[in-house]
Amino acid sequence: MGLENNIFESLPDVITVKLDAIVNWARKSSLWPATFGLACCAIEMMNTVSARNDLSRFGAETFRASPRQADVMIVSGRVSRKMAPVVRRIYDQMPEPKWVISMGACATSGGVFDNYAIVQGVDKVVPVDIYVPGCPPRPEMLVHAIMMLQEKIMNESVKDRRDTFEEESRKSIVPGTMPVTEGTALEAKMQNADAKPYSVPSKHEKRRSS
Amino acid sequence: MNTESLYEFIEALKSENSNWVSDVKDALGEVTVIVPREFIEESCAFLKDNHGFDMLADLCGADRGPEEDPRFEVNYHLFSTTHYKRLRLKVLLTEDEPNVESVTPLWKTANWHERETYDLFGIIFENHPDLRRILLPSDFDGHALRKDYPLRGYEPYSLT
Repeated sequence: MGLENNIFESLPDVITVKLDAIVNWARKSSLWPATFGLACCAIEMMNTVSARNDLSRFGAETFRASPRQADVMIVSGRVSRKMAPVVRRIYDQMPEPKWVISMGACATSGGVFDNYAIVQGVDKVVPVDIYVPGCPPRPEMLVHAIMMLQEKIMNESVKDRRDTFEEESRKSIVPGTMPVTEGTALEAKMQNADAKPYSVPSKHEKRRSS
Repeated sequence: MNTESLYEFIEALKSENSNWVSDVKDALGEVTVIVPREFIEESCAFLKDNHGFDMLADLCGADRGPEEDPRFEVNYHLFSTTHYKRLRLKVLLTEDEPNVESVTPLWKTANWHERETYDLFGIIFENHPDLRRILLPSDFDGHALRKDYPLRGYEPYSLT
């Protein structure tokens, strides 16, 4: 005798609706982030799903320990050069549809770490949908980012979602992903001399150049 | 702090082989023995086996800057768990020949410390069982803690 009885009584048995609308509605209402923290932003991310801020109100509460069950990757913190291939690998393991939130100044632009060790923006490695400023952003800002992402999802089309980068990403050589157990540095100093930096163009870079 | 008791070990080093000690520095309650490069493993083994320095508390490199000669130093911080005394050994290395004998056969902990020193300063430890980078990515160019290493690194990393 709840609300749904009244709704069902007032609605017809069959509703005609756009496929995009119903699929996107389902997608946006159950965004599952990958459990994945890199730095102090991760503390705020944990706070976002805890009782006070309660991200589950928006359907994004279930942090999955496996990227294969996740929809959203929240890059929470600075990405070091050594971590970048790992981030990319997690992204590659996530099934489509997938989205990326770059949380905080460091993930977005390198932040204060303008040096050799930190990737200057995670969009060099994976395509980013939402950037969250702040150092670190408050949990409310991450909730807002999730809600903006939901808006973005509602404007997408099912046809747009394809594994665009898969083939490309398999070909490219990633620094740091070479088997580190092979050979010592003394005997093969320049073994990886022709390894290229990770360069899968993000959606934003493509937009910029075109 | 009183450092007199430490001179007993320095005298022992000198009497074992007078070439082992090239200089002694006593400052701020700490004693540093500068050892020529070719004798570091022998003198470490002597202190470990005969004088109870059974623990290598730290092994680290330092870069004095590209204009200095000798440019690099490697510091061995020895500690004894029996008589609780600390002694520092120091090796000075030139830029052209930053090679020094590994002390991994004496202390297992030196393995990763030496890899770190190789990684960040480019000091080569001879007869190290597995000398490769430990902190930086394996394809990293250069040695990051050298004074002449650019903050943003070398191309193509520095461009992004």
